[in-house]
Amino acid sequence: MSLFRIFDVAGSAMSAQSVRLNTTASNLANADSVSSSVDETYRARRPVFAAMLQEAGSGQPGSEAVGVQVQGIVESDAPLLKEFNPNHPMADKDGFIYKPNVNPIEEMADMISASRSYQTNVQVADTAKQMLLQTLRLGKG
Amino acid sequence: MTISFDKAFGIHQYTIGVRSQRAEVLAGNIANADTPGYKAQDLDFSSALSQAQGLQSGTTELMRTNNQHLAGASAMSGTLKYRVPLQADTGDGNTVDLQQERSAFLENGLEYQTSLEFLNSKINGLLKALKGDQV
Repeated sequence: MSLFRIFDVAGSAMSAQSVRLNTTASNLANADSVSSSVDETYRARRPVFAAMLQEAGSGQPGSEAVGVQVQGIVESDAPLLKEFNPNHPMADKDGFIYKPNVNPIEEMADMISASRSYQTNVQVADTAKQMLLQTLRLGKG
Repeated sequence: MTISFDKAFGIHQYTIGVRSQRAEVLAGNIANADTPGYKAQDLDFSSALSQAQGLQSGTTELMRTNNQHLAGASAMSGTLKYRVPLQADTGDGNTVDLQQERSAFLENGLEYQTSLEFLNSKINGLLKALKGDQV
């Protein structure tokens, strides 16, 4: 019964989108975490989505729908913000502090996109549930 | 006289299977709306339906002359087609148009319910014929 597969597919998408929301939350939380060297500075994180390949042999014939998986989290290599601020307690010996390459506006837009995608997948699962329940009531009047 | 369920249910027993398969494919598209490089797919309904009917009557199974032969039942292969994207390039090779997929999913769900209604009334008709105590 391929309607049951919808729950797997929508569930995989929901978990992928929640990973995306998690990284966005982490980026926004650390948007102002300054540090005194390039290596220690927080960098914006992004999940990498990939279509889940169907496991050979386990798939029923005719079930070709693919779920999503998070292949990994990558750190943005956009340039960090270097700021001359010798009075800052975190300033290095030349008086510079380093700020993360997080763009809060970009993150907010990404957050809305992720939560909308999450909602869409919840609705898909809900519709599949209704379809299944109606099928179960088949012939009962 | 025997009651043939196959004849009584007509085409609806096959359409409901194809609809549920299409729902699955569309759910996959919606799930992969943000996956780079994913290409949106859809079922070719008429060929999927004729294949489903063929499968049911067992005409597309490969012949097995030995016990060790693999069962070659033909799946719904070949009925799955890639959608022609409305927007040429989205920047990451993804061709899912979420609005299009959502409305297709909604439409497919309604069509599924319609098939269910048809089946329900067929079953009710059969029950009425079986009980035969209608005044």
